[in-house]
Amino acid sequence: MKLRHILAGAAAAAMLAPSAQAERGSDGQVNILYWQAISIMNPFLSSGTKDIEAASLVIEPLARFNETGDLVPFIAESIPTLENGGISKDLMSITWKVKPGILWADGTPVTAADAVFTWQYCTHPEGGCAQSPYFGDVTSVEAVDPSTVKVTFGVPKPYPYTAFVGAQSPVIQAAQFANCLGTAAPSCTEANTKPIGTGPFVVTDFKANDVVLLEANPNYRDPEKPAFASLVLKGGGDAASAAQAVLSTGEYDYAWNAQVEPEILEQMATGGKGEVISAFGTLVERIHVNQTDPDPSLGDMRSTDAHTHPFLTDVNVVKALSLAIDRPILVETGYGASGQATCNLVPAPEVSASPNNDWCLTQDLDEANRLLDEAGWVMGSDGVREKDGRRLSILYQTSVNSVRQGAQALIKQWWNEIGVEVELRSIDAAVFFGGDPGSPDTLQKFFADVEMYANNFEGSDAEKYLGDWVCEEFPSPADGWQGGNTSRYCDPAYETLHARMAETSGIEERGAIAIELNDMIVNSAAIIPLIHRGRVSTKSTTLGGVLLNSWDSELWNVADWYRID
Amino acid sequence: MSDAAIPAPQAVDAPQRSLWGDVWRQFRMHRGAMVGMVIFGLILFAVIFGPALYGVDPQFIDPRARNALPSWAHPMGTDNIGRDIFAQILQGGRVSLAVGITAMLLALFLGTLIGVLAGYFRTLDGFLMRTTDLFLALPILPLLLVIIMLFRDTLRAMFGPETGIFLLIVFIIGITSWMQTARIVRGDVLALKEREFVLAAKSIGTPPSRIITRHILPNVLSPIMVSATLGVANAIITESALSFLGLGFPSDFPTWGRLLFDGANFMTLTPARVIWPGLAISLTVLSVNYIGDGLRDALDPRIRGR
Amino acid sequence: MFAFTLRRLLYAVPTLLVISFIIFALLDLSPGDPTANLPLTIPADVREQIRISLGLGEPFVIRYLLWLQQFFINEPLNILERMTGWTIGDSENRMRVISWQTRSPVVDLIAERMPQTLWVVGMSYVVGILIAIPVGVICAYKQYSLFDQFGTLFAMIGFSVPTFFTGLVLIVIFSVNLGWLPSIYDTNLRVTSFETFWLQVKQMIMPVMVLALANAAQIASFMRASMLDNLSQDYVRTARAKGMKERTVLLVHVLRNSLIPVVTVIALGIPSIFSGAIITEQIFRVNGLGQLLITGIQGADLPLVQTLTFIFAFLIVAFNLIADLVYGILDPRIRYE
Repeated sequence: MKLRHILAGAAAAAMLAPSAQAERGSDGQVNILYWQAISIMNPFLSSGTKDIEAASLVIEPLARFNETGDLVPFIAESIPTLENGGISKDLMSITWKVKPGILWADGTPVTAADAVFTWQYCTHPEGGCAQSPYFGDVTSVEAVDPSTVKVTFGVPKPYPYTAFVGAQSPVIQAAQFANCLGTAAPSCTEANTKPIGTGPFVVTDFKANDVVLLEANPNYRDPEKPAFASLVLKGGGDAASAAQAVLSTGEYDYAWNAQVEPEILEQMATGGKGEVISAFGTLVERIHVNQTDPDPSLGDMRSTDAHTHPFLTDVNVVKALSLAIDRPILVETGYGASGQATCNLVPAPEVSASPNNDWCLTQDLDEANRLLDEAGWVMGSDGVREKDGRRLSILYQTSVNSVRQGAQALIKQWWNEIGVEVELRSIDAAVFFGGDPGSPDTLQKFFADVEMYANNFEGSDAEKYLGDWVCEEFPSPADGWQGGNTSRYCDPAYETLHARMAETSGIEERGAIAIELNDMIVNSAAIIPLIHRGRVSTKSTTLGGVLLNSWDSELWNVADWYRID
Repeated sequence: MSDAAIPAPQAVDAPQRSLWGDVWRQFRMHRGAMVGMVIFGLILFAVIFGPALYGVDPQFIDPRARNALPSWAHPMGTDNIGRDIFAQILQGGRVSLAVGITAMLLALFLGTLIGVLAGYFRTLDGFLMRTTDLFLALPILPLLLVIIMLFRDTLRAMFGPETGIFLLIVFIIGITSWMQTARIVRGDVLALKEREFVLAAKSIGTPPSRIITRHILPNVLSPIMVSATLGVANAIITESALSFLGLGFPSDFPTWGRLLFDGANFMTLTPARVIWPGLAISLTVLSVNYIGDGLRDALDPRIRGR
Repeated sequence: MFAFTLRRLLYAVPTLLVISFIIFALLDLSPGDPTANLPLTIPADVREQIRISLGLGEPFVIRYLLWLQQFFINEPLNILERMTGWTIGDSENRMRVISWQTRSPVVDLIAERMPQTLWVVGMSYVVGILIAIPVGVICAYKQYSLFDQFGTLFAMIGFSVPTFFTGLVLIVIFSVNLGWLPSIYDTNLRVTSFETFWLQVKQMIMPVMVLALANAAQIASFMRASMLDNLSQDYVRTARAKGMKERTVLLVHVLRNSLIPVVTVIALGIPSIFSGAIITEQIFRVNGLGQLLITGIQGADLPLVQTLTFIFAFLIVAFNLIADLVYGILDPRIRYE
């Protein structure tokens, strides 16, 4: 990381200090609403955003990203770089120093041994750690001395800020989790729901899928913070009623993810009790196009690489589908100011955002029709195209959400206009995103022709994210349908280029490769990007210090929140 | 002795009275039932002929006309992506009523069959009544979900997505609503079985099947008819509830419950989206319940003619 | 009477067994491997061991028996332990039914949620009864009067208008527009002072009223029908002829006799308290058992769904029996052999 980024991060951190001279606990209680209820406070055992963010109230990583995407130290004293010697010259190791005097919530000091233990916990072969990719390529983590952690990689890592960076990779207390290694991990209910951390709050009561009660951490490193003495993190309901609870009735101070139609939010905000905040990160709503055949008659071989898709591997067909979509209307009806049409998979940061793909931003039904005609799809008498006796019929699935269902209806109508028959399916979000290998409706199994959802990556470096698109990452029955390559896209040229990125250092150079990789993907038949979405949340007008962060947990700076009088 | 002709007895000039005539007359006196019948008739007419007469496609999306207020072009306004609400209500009514009536018919058939068998054949009674208890204890929701999980793909392949779900929901509502009818029918059949005309029929050697179809069934018709009306009401509410929980028809298939579900978030902006489907459900069910009430009064010989 | 009870109890056992079999079979048939929810990095042989311990290698019957043991022996013992605080048997190693979503025992979840359901839905049942009985009595007494017309209309509306509609409308009117009542139920509210008590009342009013209306409608019509039946009986005429005050006739004689079928209807309706008016709990976000069932279904959490479904079924069978018994006890004309 360049020095100026570190300094910018430090300056931003300094500016975070609130101007109010609040003492710890002087502002009473703050109420937060996550409409997907929290089920566990251990991000290593859950890949749900809500659980990861809830845990970020209590346990912290060595460093995390702030709202502009820069690294800020949390448990660490400073950010190691090549310049300050924190990263070794051969790029094979990075050394972190723990802040002096930092204590766990139970008063014991934080030591490097805790970091070592965290690595062991998450890389244990039987532990089932959901965040093990964060420790990818790490060969060892050692405590050089009680306050120095050295992470060694097996290959040179130009971008080593993976392990212990970000809300997905916090440091847990070795003493508390000592008996929770391996298969014992899921059953340590006490530790999993009331972890001891360095964060501004500690859990006092945990009711699964309902509410979490927290109070200020008496051993938090800044004696003036947090300004709130207690925090209630309630779960349940849906996006619209969560937004209503903040904007209209004022019952809650902060509600996560107001994925609701913009006119509803506007109307609710007229009451003046709350405001809608948004921040653009890397979240892109997209349609994945299945490159394998999801036909139910294939039985066990459905959506595996045994059979390619009969027509969706044709780039012209997918291009036609993409051109038929009027993205500005999708933005207007679904996202308002918190969405922008995009044709890119990686929309940010600027150095990685490709300027080469604007062709899909305007709807062009004539061109779409022409492409399909050229590809040999003849318009039938019932308005559906046919080729070789097969109808151009698509099963389009997504999660249950009113904005998404609206988008589905619109896209179905546009695709009908170019002669494509569309069947819509919506699956409950908990099942669709749940990744349960036993359910046929997960997005990984992809038992449909196209599916729509949004995804993003943490931090500001796209390497790991783009690494999802290699052939190895196909979800398949052999590995329990894990794997990030939902579209089942496979291109050897892509793999070569991606491998090169892993060896390239320098922000601009890495950004250029990211742009190339992005262009390869979006111009293939595997994906139809739709909208660059900002994170949208709602907060009360009496809540100050909130900096919406789309690069890390939204609750990343809850220690700095205060009540505006 | 007078030779004056005794005037011939005056032919009684009263119209012929039949059972159904009496029933109709008593029904007519029940004001609520008459109003209910008119309303239900109107609703039926609207949903059957409405889409053809009104002509606007409920699925057609016109993004430029989003969230519109009622106007000549859109009598009930449009929803947030521009679909006409009135057309959706008409179309939704078709599905809701179809589900209601079909499910009711299924439940009625099962209920009558089991009730008659249990009432008439002593040996089957215990077993059938325990089965009734069993079904009463089965909760609908988990049942529906598991069956959807198991049979969705097969039904989809066989019948297409909408018909598949339609059959599924009708089936579920049907097999979980017959118990009340069965109990009532059984009670009546038990009482009827001891009547003289049945004993007479038995003594001349009529086979049980004929006794049931010719003598017993026509006499238990009244509770069956009442059950039928209440069954429609119950089925419509169940289907709406399932759609409201997101478990019913797919999102692009409007039913009244689904419309309510979709419109709930927009209540403050476009209350029409909630009020019209809610009213439609309530009015239909209310009118059907009143009809049932009137029928019950009309078919009860103790009340009739009072 | 005793023989009847015994016979019904004996019938109840196979009924419950069959119900449990159906629930088990249905949920067992649904696609899914119970070890699927365990972390993926668990090696195959360890998974196999877990499968065997769950009896998965065995034929269907053995699995069913193992499941029965868990549900009929282990779980009730666990519940008993939690309620009383004793330790019964080998409590540490006893296999518990673990919810897949939260990785904690299902019984704990149910115990957490039970108070909410009992409070809100139970209260609505009580309020519904309190409204319904007087309304039913007066409607029957003044049959065909204006009050009766309105009463019947009110009952009809209560039947016909779905609770989700009334719930939504009430939220918009009282929560959003007027701001008098909260729309989200606060499960952490502890009643310690008059103020918190008043807050509790405020947050309970809407869900309770929505449910009470539906309940009241049903019970009121039963009450009215039953009163009408009794009012035309001979003994009422006799009582009046003997010069008894109208009030005594009504409240002492007729009401008591009319209450009998109504009591059975009330008893039959109690299991519905526990299925918790699922939709109302969803709308008002009362974290009760009904909502727990919905989240379990939506999250495909089989152990939770199995346990809850079985509990509801058990309550229905139990209260059916209680209703019949109560009817037999209250009505001296009914004598079961």
